[in-house]
Amino acid sequence: MTREKQRKIEGGIALVFSTLAALMGLFWLVFILGDVLVHGMGALHLNLFLQDPTPPGVEGGGLRNAFTGQLLITLFATLIGVPVGVLGGTFLAEYARGTKISRVISVLSDIMVSVPSIVIGTFIYAILVHPLGHFSGWAGSVALAVIMIPVVLRTTENMLSLVPWTLREAAFALGAPYYKVIIQVVYRGAATGIMTGILLSIARVAGETAPLLFTSFNNAYFSADMKGPVASLTVTIFQYAMGPYDDWHKQAWAASLIITLFILFITILGRLIIKWRYK
Amino acid sequence: MAGEVEIEVKNLNFYYSGNIHAIKQVNMKAYKKSVTALIGPSGCGKTTLLRCFNRMHDLYPKNRYEGEILVRGKNILSDDMDLISLRSRMGMVFQKPTPFPMTIFDNIAYGLRLKGIKKRLELSERVERALKNAALWDEVKEKLNVSAYELSGGQQQRLVIARALAVEPEILLFDEPTSALDPISTAKIEELIISLKKEITILIVTHNMQQAARISDWTGFMMLGELIEFGKTDKIFTAPSEKLTEDYITGRFG
Repeated sequence: MTREKQRKIEGGIALVFSTLAALMGLFWLVFILGDVLVHGMGALHLNLFLQDPTPPGVEGGGLRNAFTGQLLITLFATLIGVPVGVLGGTFLAEYARGTKISRVISVLSDIMVSVPSIVIGTFIYAILVHPLGHFSGWAGSVALAVIMIPVVLRTTENMLSLVPWTLREAAFALGAPYYKVIIQVVYRGAATGIMTGILLSIARVAGETAPLLFTSFNNAYFSADMKGPVASLTVTIFQYAMGPYDDWHKQAWAASLIITLFILFITILGRLIIKWRYK
Repeated sequence: MAGEVEIEVKNLNFYYSGNIHAIKQVNMKAYKKSVTALIGPSGCGKTTLLRCFNRMHDLYPKNRYEGEILVRGKNILSDDMDLISLRSRMGMVFQKPTPFPMTIFDNIAYGLRLKGIKKRLELSERVERALKNAALWDEVKEKLNVSAYELSGGQQQRLVIARALAVEPEILLFDEPTSALDPISTAKIEELIISLKKEITILIVTHNMQQAARISDWTGFMMLGELIEFGKTDKIFTAPSEKLTEDYITGRFG
């Protein structure tokens, strides 16, 4: 066999294996999404958004409590997590640029990104839920914010460091103080990148269940009181899917579909922003 | 004709962090409403010297100056110098165009707004004047609200000059402003610099000796951090008194 032929065969084998691997991944993805879509679509009903759950075993009812709770928890998590993340990233990329402390914090937040979310849930349980004696929506928001912060922080840091130094120097040369250079010039240059990071971090926490189990817990009734237990879609899905009632299973499917669509929407929005920026 | 002195450099030494001695015992003067060029081989310290004038080196830790730079008699290297007011009196144009990620109008208005000018009418007047002075007005007057990134490289460089001019500085520092531009844009910038010296004192670092000969009144030749020779441009280029200057100008090295 000539060398050329041998190389061609080797190339063919590599192609076959990598295609198979890709198909394998795609198969499960399509399977999961298709399953959620089929079951979820069948269970979608306007009452899902307008009514609260009925007592277990009683037909009908909806998940208004869980939708509201999920929105509240995610909203406040974003309000806590984004400012801390963006300002922290700004500190690392600007004020502490090139220092040891900046590198240490960067590495630590990379580790934080991959900490299992249940660990963060138990941690917040220990510092917020246990001392106060009850579950609360706030604790859920804080838990999600803790998951968001390292993601937002690292993206902000990376995006800011992509802004060329000469741009900052040009602003300094006009007599601008550093905070104005950052806010008026550097943030503008990095805005789309930071925005994408924020959206992706929201998408990341929107599907979290474990940290909420320990913090906001669940609530069978409608409650917008963040000081007490608040229902969330993910925990409700967990509870309903485990439950014995057919109606619960259906609603869990519908909730799964909606949360999947929400995350899909945010991810696509993030990608659109990137595309629009670099066009 | 040596006019009034705008800048006087006295025994200037500059050290980058780590005690790297980049500027050695430099003495020179820049005269009002004239163009002074700094030439020399790469790494000779001409950009470093230029960045001393608006204290750009202060942005980075552990840089150290020694000696004096007197601007209209006042030592700008003293500790109590207010860098923000110093820099708003001294514009700087960099090698690569540095438009900010905003509209053309906002780019020019940036320095004005920093100075606290908020009135729309005054802003548009001064933006227009700056763009006219930078010979860019006719090309952009229809699209002031377009992103500055839409302009060509040469236009961006003139935009940056207009931005510096808008705050009416006394001195403009140019750091190789044409090295990233094509010959036509270069010619425009050179014309612009010559017309600007009616009002403003200009210092320019350039790699291009013909450029220095074309546009400057005074020339300083630097090597290894030292100012080898300083004098009228005509004299430096026709009858330099130092052997090193002659060798560089005739292209024997660098």
